[in-house]
Amino acid sequence: MNWNNKYQSILPGLVVAIAVLCWPSSASAHLVTTGMGPVYDGIGHLLLTPEDFVPVLAISLYAGLRGAAAGRRTMFLLPLAWFAGGLAGSMVGIVPAIPTPALSFLVVGVLVAADLRMPANAVSALAVVIGLVHGFFNGAALKEGAGTLGLLGIMVMLFVLVALASAFVVSLKTPWMRIAVRVAGSWIASSGLLLLGWSLR
Amino acid sequence: MRQRISYRLCFPLALALIILLPSSAFAHVERGQAIGFITGFRHPWSGLDHVLAMIAVGIWGAQLGNPAMWLLPVTFPMVMSMGAFMGLLGIPLPGTEIGIALSAILLGAMVHGEVRPKLIVAAVLVGFFAVFHGHAHGTELPPGESGLLYSMGFVIATGCLHGVGIAIGLVHRWPAGKLALRGAGAFIAFMGVVFLWRALA
Repeated sequence: MNWNNKYQSILPGLVVAIAVLCWPSSASAHLVTTGMGPVYDGIGHLLLTPEDFVPVLAISLYAGLRGAAAGRRTMFLLPLAWFAGGLAGSMVGIVPAIPTPALSFLVVGVLVAADLRMPANAVSALAVVIGLVHGFFNGAALKEGAGTLGLLGIMVMLFVLVALASAFVVSLKTPWMRIAVRVAGSWIASSGLLLLGWSLR
Repeated sequence: MRQRISYRLCFPLALALIILLPSSAFAHVERGQAIGFITGFRHPWSGLDHVLAMIAVGIWGAQLGNPAMWLLPVTFPMVMSMGAFMGLLGIPLPGTEIGIALSAILLGAMVHGEVRPKLIVAAVLVGFFAVFHGHAHGTELPPGESGLLYSMGFVIATGCLHGVGIAIGLVHRWPAGKLALRGAGAFIAFMGVVFLWRALA
């Protein structure tokens, strides 16, 4: 009985709280408007930029397909390379006109789709290259905004993303689940090729 | 007691309803990008000739079983994006519409006849026709959309169409399902003849 009374007294407050939390307000989805500081700006930048997010996902899937060791290496190397590239980009500030996202999509997507067996060192090297290149562009872009703290935010988010995605793929035991990952890779590669055509148009 | 509870709930529920009334949500600054994804996603569904051919690929893959079931839907988008790449760059491909119509005829015939060629032959056949579909899409891509999100939407929609085909093709395990699939194949081939008639007219 006591429990029922307590429940009844909590319920209205709970309903109001849920309603307030569901209030449809403006979503500050972009870098300069997160309002939570440069680290979160960096995190938001990575999560809301498919040009960066999808290649990260792709390299994580590929590392996962290549096994736990490759996944662990990528988990540490990709964020570090991204940060190093970002620092270089923020110092240089000049961005060469290269369709980087298209090439990243294409190369890593093909590797995932083909489930190509590469040595662990080659997977690590690929992660470093992807990290350096994308980080460089991020660094140049964030120079006027979130800066180095933004890069740190990206680095943290990269670690989390690679850890989750690689571990997920490593944990897949049934063959059709691995095939689903490869299908995702083919979609990424196809998008990359289309994007490349778009940028050369 | 029960009445008292319902009265107590009236106010918070009414408040919740008022608060949850759909108001303008300004969630995205880059509106063009969201439009890009949706436009890209809708594009493959917009033409019956594309839809039927892609569903036929999925059905045929399901009839052939593993590994064709996943290999054909991986082959199609990748080769299709090569065709789209050519279309985007303005490289001409003569007889595109005829190729698309022939793809419906031949893929429909394969489904109808439950033809079981070697895997490489099936992949080459699907890939060959995918070029025509991709080229048509590539030349039709609207200017001013977000290239990346459009491409992703486009490829994901193509994959979904194959998924629909595979899902339909799974009825192959039952005798009545086999018969229904053969009927579907005949219908697709017939529609291909209609498309060919239109292309030549």
